[in-house]
Amino acid sequence: MTSTVADRPELALADDALILSHRLGQWAGHAPVLEEEVALANIALDLLGQARALYSELGDEDELAYLREERAFRNCQLVEQPNGDFAVTLVRQLFFSSWQELLYGQLTSMPLAVKAVKEVVYHRDHAEQWTLRLGDGTDESHRRAQHAVDTLWRYTGELFQPLPGLDVCWDAMRSGWEKRVTGILDRATLTVPDGPQHGGWAAGAGRQGLHTEPFGPMLAEMQHLHRSHPGAAW
Amino acid sequence: MSSDWPLWEVFVRSRRGLSHTHAGSLHAPDAELALRNARDLYTRRSEGISIWVVPSSAVTASSPDEKDPFFEPAADKPYRHPTFYEVPEGVKNL
Repeated sequence: MTSTVADRPELALADDALILSHRLGQWAGHAPVLEEEVALANIALDLLGQARALYSELGDEDELAYLREERAFRNCQLVEQPNGDFAVTLVRQLFFSSWQELLYGQLTSMPLAVKAVKEVVYHRDHAEQWTLRLGDGTDESHRRAQHAVDTLWRYTGELFQPLPGLDVCWDAMRSGWEKRVTGILDRATLTVPDGPQHGGWAAGAGRQGLHTEPFGPMLAEMQHLHRSHPGAAW
Repeated sequence: MSSDWPLWEVFVRSRRGLSHTHAGSLHAPDAELALRNARDLYTRRSEGISIWVVPSSAVTASSPDEKDPFFEPAADKPYRHPTFYEVPEGVKNL
């Protein structure tokens, strides 16, 4: 793999989609109801499709997904966070898909983004619906949703680190994202954590290949078979 | 489950379809999520379609016991059936 591929912004976007898709795939058979099972699988499949399309532009998709070490992955730390409970999964989805919706909306010269933005709008809508229900549901669901927001908030700042090579106004992205997500959290009766001025946004160097601890085991599971039987056709 | 996740009936009109057809049922906590679940389960997200969701409790069904008087018109009275009309030319979708 050449260094040019590693530096391409599409690689970071593909890694985001692949890793979140894998996390959502881990819900299979474990969702609270059958209908959510289908919804989460649907979103995972959309994201996997996005990842495959992006990887294919960069090189061999299997090689990129299965043969890179943790340090070579450029996904943001938000998407690699463990599923936790249903609230953590849906708030993670809200944060990420709101960002993806704004980003893909700006990447009008990238065919994949134009195609995928419709999917992403649906992902955001689904996550928004659930954030409203959990936040404004029972005391217990509110507590869990607030915990999810508080836990994941620190990983959102990384989303607005500029990805060199993408023609995007990152300041507009950040303000648009904050406005939208804050609006949803307000409606869900959830408290918005402190902003970057309090250091709450500090975490996150996934784009530079520095990942959080749960990422390694996830990757080991994902890559196990391919690494055990390198070169096999499947 | 049954009180928090009641049953909904789903009716779908395909893009070129003329009427909504009963597609099946699903569980959802409210109408908004019933719509989204119906989209995932019954439409595979094709474009240009319409979905209705109705709480199953809102549907009144005819009773199987009344089947005979309810559904068996007198077959010997053909004037009840609109078979004597000629369809004018150019009428579509009849």
